[in-house]
Parts: sequence; C-alpha cells; structure tokens
Amino acid sequence: MSVSKFLRQASGAALALAASASALANPVPWQMNLTPGVTSESREIYALHMAALWVCVGIGIVVFGAMIIAMFRFRKSRGAVAATWSHNGKLEFVWTLVPVLILIGLATPATRILMNEYDTSGSSMTIKVTGFQWKWRYDYVSYEGRQIDKVGFMSKLADASNRIRQLDSGLNPDSVSDHGFKDYLLNVDKPLVIPAGVRVRFVITAGDVIHGFWVPQFGIKKDAIPGIVNEVWVRVDQPGIYRGQCYVLCGQDHGFMPIVVNVLPKAQFESWLAARQAGTGKSARTAQAGTQATALAQH
Amino acid sequence: MQTLAAHVCRLTSASMDDRKNKSMRFEMAHDAVLQHDDHAHAAPEGFIHRWVMSTNHKDIGTLYLVFSLTMFFIGGAFAMGIRAELFKPGMQLMQPYFFNELTTMHALVMIFGAIMPGFVGLANWMIPMQIGAPDMALPRMNNLSFWILPFAFILLLSTFFMPGGAPAAGWTMYPPLVLQGGDAIAFMVFSIHLMGISSIMGAINIIATILNLRAPGMDLLKMPLFCWAWLITAFLLLAVMPVLAGAVTMLLTDKFFGTSFFNAGGGGDPVLYQHVFWFFGHPEVYIMILPAFGLISEIIPTFSRKPIFGYKAMVYAIASIAFLSFIVWSHHMFTVGLPLGSELFFMYSTMLIAVPTGVKVFNWVTTMWRGSLTFETPMLWAIAFVILFTIGGFSGVMMALVPADFQYNQTYFIVAHFHYVLVTGAAFAIIAAVYYWLPKWSGHMYSEFWAKMHFWNSAIWVNVLFFPQHFLGLAGMPRRIPDYNVAFADFNMISSIGGFLFGASQLIFLGVVIHCVWFSKVRAPARPWEGARGLEWTLSSPPPHHSFTTPPVIDDRELAHGDVMH
Repeated sequence: MSVSKFLRQASGAALALAASASALANPVPWQMNLTPGVTSESREIYALHMAALWVCVGIGIVVFGAMIIAMFRFRKSRGAVAATWSHNGKLEFVWTLVPVLILIGLATPATRILMNEYDTSGSSMTIKVTGFQWKWRYDYVSYEGRQIDKVGFMSKLADASNRIRQLDSGLNPDSVSDHGFKDYLLNVDKPLVIPAGVRVRFVITAGDVIHGFWVPQFGIKKDAIPGIVNEVWVRVDQPGIYRGQCYVLCGQDHGFMPIVVNVLPKAQFESWLAARQAGTGKSARTAQAGTQATALAQH
Repeated sequence: MQTLAAHVCRLTSASMDDRKNKSMRFEMAHDAVLQHDDHAHAAPEGFIHRWVMSTNHKDIGTLYLVFSLTMFFIGGAFAMGIRAELFKPGMQLMQPYFFNELTTMHALVMIFGAIMPGFVGLANWMIPMQIGAPDMALPRMNNLSFWILPFAFILLLSTFFMPGGAPAAGWTMYPPLVLQGGDAIAFMVFSIHLMGISSIMGAINIIATILNLRAPGMDLLKMPLFCWAWLITAFLLLAVMPVLAGAVTMLLTDKFFGTSFFNAGGGGDPVLYQHVFWFFGHPEVYIMILPAFGLISEIIPTFSRKPIFGYKAMVYAIASIAFLSFIVWSHHMFTVGLPLGSELFFMYSTMLIAVPTGVKVFNWVTTMWRGSLTFETPMLWAIAFVILFTIGGFSGVMMALVPADFQYNQTYFIVAHFHYVLVTGAAFAIIAAVYYWLPKWSGHMYSEFWAKMHFWNSAIWVNVLFFPQHFLGLAGMPRRIPDYNVAFADFNMISSIGGFLFGASQLIFLGVVIHCVWFSKVRAPARPWEGARGLEWTLSSPPPHHSFTTPPVIDDRELAHGDVMH
C-alpha cells in the first residue's frame, strides 16, 4: 500500500477517532500518543506521525529480532564457531538504498503538509498574540475584512491554579476542574475566543524574551520572538475549549502561562465580539460562560 | 613491514618492562637525549609530580576519567533534584527559578564535565597504545588540557552560591532570557571559554598523535575504529568549539558592553544566536557520539570473536555523519519561523543522517551474526547500546519530519530522544569501555557479579526513567517546567522512580571500580578477553608507565581484529 494511501486511510480513521475524542480534547491520564486534534492539519500530522512510528517499529523488529536470534543461535556456549567473512559490498549497498527510499516515502507527505501549513493566505481573521513574562496578550486585529479596534486583553494563569502551585501550598492540584476536566495549570482568567469554521491567522510576537505559542489540538506551534512577527493559520470546525502551554523556556514562571482557546459557533462568536467592541465587560463574560456551557453540551 | 621494523631498531617484545630493554643502540640514543636517574621509566615519585605535573598519557587519562565520574555524580545529583520535584504535581521542594538552575546546570555538567572528558580520558589512555606510540604528540599541552577543567568547573559551580544564583536559561543559553541573569552569566561564559580551550588543545593533540606517531605497519585503514572515530571527532571539535566561543562572547558583550547582537531593538536578532549556537551544537552532539561508535566497534568484535563487519563502510559512515552534522543545525529551530525553503532543506539533510547511522547499526548486528558470542559485562553494555541508541535514533527520525516536529518540539518527546542517545548511547559506551579496559589499566579483574548487577539495574531503570517521557511529550507536556497538569502525573511518577533507582545503581559502579583498582586479588592477564585484538593487548596488565618507547613489531593478526586485508 502506498504511503499516501496509508495516510488517507489513517486520516479517515483518525477523523472518526477525533469525533469521539473531542471530549478527550486535552491531556488525559496515561495518555500515550499524540492527539489527532481538531483541525485538518493536526489530523494530517497525526497520520504522518503514525506512519513514521510504524516504519520505526518495523525496522526495530527486523534489527532487534536479528540481534536476539544471534544472541541465541551463535552463543559460544552452544558451540557456535565464528564465521570468517567480514564484508559484503552488495549488502552495504542494499541497506543504504532501502532506508533512503523509506525516507523519501516519509518526506513526500511531510513536504506537502508543511507547504500547506506555511500558506496563511485566505485567512478571514487576524489575531495578534504577544508573549510576556508570564502571560499572553491577545489583540483582535481584523475579522472578515473589517478592522477591529480596542479588543485586546491579557490572559494569565487562573487564580485557583496559581494559589495551588505556590511552594508548599498544601493545596491539591486535583481540586480544580472545569466541566469535568481537571484543568490545573491549564486554565486562565480570560481565554482566547475564536469562531469555529473560520480560517484564523495568528501573528505572533513577544514583548520581552522568547516564548512559544502552542495548542496541541490545533497542530500549530510557533515561537514568539521579541522583534519578529511569526504567523500561523488555523481553522477549527469543532467548537470547544482547547488548551496549550508556552513551550519555550522564558524564566521562572515558564510552566505557568497556559493558553486556553474557546472556539465558539460563528454566531455566538460574533455576538461575543460585538459585546467586547461595545465595551460591555460584565455582560460579555456572562455571554461567554453561557456559550461555553452550550458548546460543551453539544458533544 | 616486519623487515622495515627490524631495520629501524632492534628491540625486545613490547610487552616487557622497558627497564629490561638491553638494546645498546636504544640505550645510547636515549641517554644522549635525556638526563635520567635509575627510575627513568617508572612513574614519577611524589603526588604533585605524578599527578599535577603529569605528562603521561595513562595518568592524564586516569585524571580525565576520575574527573568525568565525579562530574557524572554531580550532574546526576542535579537530576535527582529535578525528578524529585517532578515526582508529583504541585511544588514541593524548590522555587521554579531554582528548578531552572538545576536543569541548566545538569546539562552543562553532564555534557561538558561528564561525557566529553570521559571520551577524552579513554582517548588519552588508549590511542597511543592502540597505534604503538609512546605517548601523545604533545604531552605538556595534554597536561594543560586536563588541568583547565577542574578550574573551569569550580567557576561554573560556584555560581550556585552567588547572589542571583546559577545560570537558569537552559544549557542552550538563548537570549534575551539568558541576559536577564546576573553575574553568573560572566562566570558561565568564562567557564565555557576554558572548556573550549581544553577541548581544542586536546583535539590538536589527538590529530597530531594519530597522523604522526603511528608505528610502522599501522596504516590508517588498519588502525582500530576507536582511533578513526577520535580522529574525525577531533576535526569536528576544532571546527566548532571556536564557534561556541564566538556565540558566548557575543552574549557577554550584549550583557556587559552594550552591543546588540541579539537585541532586535538595537538592530540585532535573537535568532542569530540560535543559528550560531546550533552550528556548534549539532556537531557537538556528534562529538559526543562518534567516539561511542568507535568503542562499540571495538567491543562487539571482541566478544563475537569476529572482525567488525564492513570496516571500510564503518569508516565512511563516520566520515559521512561528521560531514552531514554541519548542515543540519536548524532542525533544532524548526518552530522559530524559518522560511519554507530552509525548513525543507534541513528536514531532508536531517533525514539523510539516518542513513549512515543505520549502516553502522546494521554492521554491528552483522558482526554478531554467525559469530561466537559470549556475554561478559562489556558486551552486555555494548548490546544495550545498540538497542537503546537505535530507539533514540527512531525518535530522531520522527522529529526530522517538520510538521510532526511541530507537535514534538520542546516537549518531553525531545527530552526522551536526547537522553536515549546520550545516556543509553554515549554514557553506556563509556561504561562499557571502562569495563573492557579496566583489567588492562589496573592489572586486576573486577567482580563480574557486581558488574552484572550494575548493568542489569542500569539497563532496566534507565528505561523506566526515560521511556515514559515519550508518552508525556506526545500527550503534550512541555520541557523545562517544574510543575504540570494532573493528567501527566502518572508517567512522571514512574519516570521519577526510575530516575532514583538508576541514580542509585551508579553507586554500584563506583564500588566495582574502587574494588577492582585497590582490593581485587584476581590478576588480569595481558589479554583477559579471548577475542580481543589490538596492540594494547600485547602489553602487560597494567602496562608499563612508558610503553612502546620504541615502535613495536606489529603482527598483522592484531590489526582490525584479524581482518587486515578488508
């Protein structure tokens, strides 16, 4: 079976898994594998990852199998006498060429996926993400061709987690949760809110040192570097809450500046945005909490 | 070849003590050059004279190895602190900033204090004996190369006790973060400069020795693969240590002298540092593994009683890996925002390195195939190396795929990868080599029972420690964090338990070595391993303080494990 056909079948399987996995959206205890995620890119990455993993497992079985067989069959204590041959040019050629072919087989889909990820054109929305020590700032720049003014806010670790994580707090990290998900260190006071089904472009920078913006479910990861603007795009079709973390060491509270993205259905997002633009803080937060509950109840 | 050797000098068997050498021409030539008393060829008397002022490759090798083991325990202690804090979610033992100091210093100590000096110590001990040379080409510079290191590490470790503490920006020292540190930055930079000077001088010494001091008959393509591995590694060191020096000097001037190399506000670029650092950093990791490849290529043939399969291919593979190591550096920077073309180039070049590395693994396995295998301790470590290093290599191939790396990068998947290649790779190879050559160095056999206890405990607990970290990374746990979401708790606890037990197991090693050197009553013959081939095995155990003062007559059966016509 060709690798691309394998990938398509694997993506299909991953999609089915993802539909049921969205309830398992964020890390689960004993999780052993990558999440297929909720974007087409994250699913393609998952398929590529599984293909590479199976290739490695296959090679491992051959190589380690040969070693284990050798360790039994050719023991001196079993009377094995050493052969005298010590080179074989044809064999060397074969086991140089075959790995090259396998690698080309992996590199081809990887190239296609990467070229797709790099193309941020056609985005309907731009959000500026700025990393600070030790919180994120989200500024809404434009939505469907219209510039957005004055919708921006800092997003920092939620107080509940922040109290628990203090040295010798004696408090229990298991005690914080959000709708059944134990979100210790993965909750913030003000999440990033984006619409579902819309191609969103993040422009990413930093205000002090290098940080890193990553949401595993989206399959996007990009450094936030002071003085540089990076960009990634994402289109999330499934409403829900998705959590990530800063991934570049940025000082003492590097482990304590999570990213929480609340993906709302388009209509609800637009009323949230309108409320923010009108500056009605309290009612916006209430609307947000209501839409979050609705979104989660839809799974 | 043998006729040539006979013409050069008449000499006794190289395995006899030099003092018994009766060749007149040798005595006269020797005395004409040097003023000696009767104990000319024994070790110098007096502790300072012998150890502080040593110009002897064996004693300097011992110094490096003792230093390396000491730093391994210090770096290991830092790791125990890290795993202790990560044992459960929540912060129980230390402030987050101190945790960052520990992770930074753990890496610096292990890389520059344990692994690199360990390989240099093995090089010093073995290369002259393996090529039939009396010592390294530049013995006094050799002394300086070693003695710089304790001072460099006193500088570095003293930063723990300064206001502001030790450096805490990771061993990679990225600006702008690293520039937020205090005085420790200056000490760290000076310390790295000193280590670099030590490495550069050591590399010069190794190249000069291998190219100039091989005994007649020891052609390059007949010398042990350990010597080939070190010859190539030495060129890598010469090429990249100055680059590291440049990178950290630019950090120093950015911090203290108002330059803006890495400050965008001043016209510079933080990513420039990453390019310069990793141009050093990638060859650096090959510097830490190529000598290991050479060691495994010595040990497996001995215990398979069969020459290494594909000697020439092994040499070409090491050379290819060394060349390729210069053109892959940005695979450490896939998420930085490089142009698409760069990402693709580095993806392809990184995947390509898997090819010669795979050839080496296949050749080791084929050496074992249809051999006559026994499983003494050095062979156990070498087999563990091949299996576990290959697992580290597999995660490397996965990481080379850029879109997949977007999920793996800066997570515990990376931490698992590099610990597999560095601990079960480089460190296991050094330990294997110590068990392999300890009888030669000390003249005694070590306790095979306790050595095997050390092996089995290490091999099992190291996997309990690092294998779950693959799962943590895939599940989304970033690296360099002191606390984590409760979903990551189970594998973290397992990993920490593995860490504590792996660390404790290394105390067995300390006991085995001490017992072997000072307390073992079992004498080691010149050739304790039946299948061993090479000039070092023609010398007594222990060898004379000065060996091969005249070039040995080389029996071709000692070369390349008997496969000299490959």
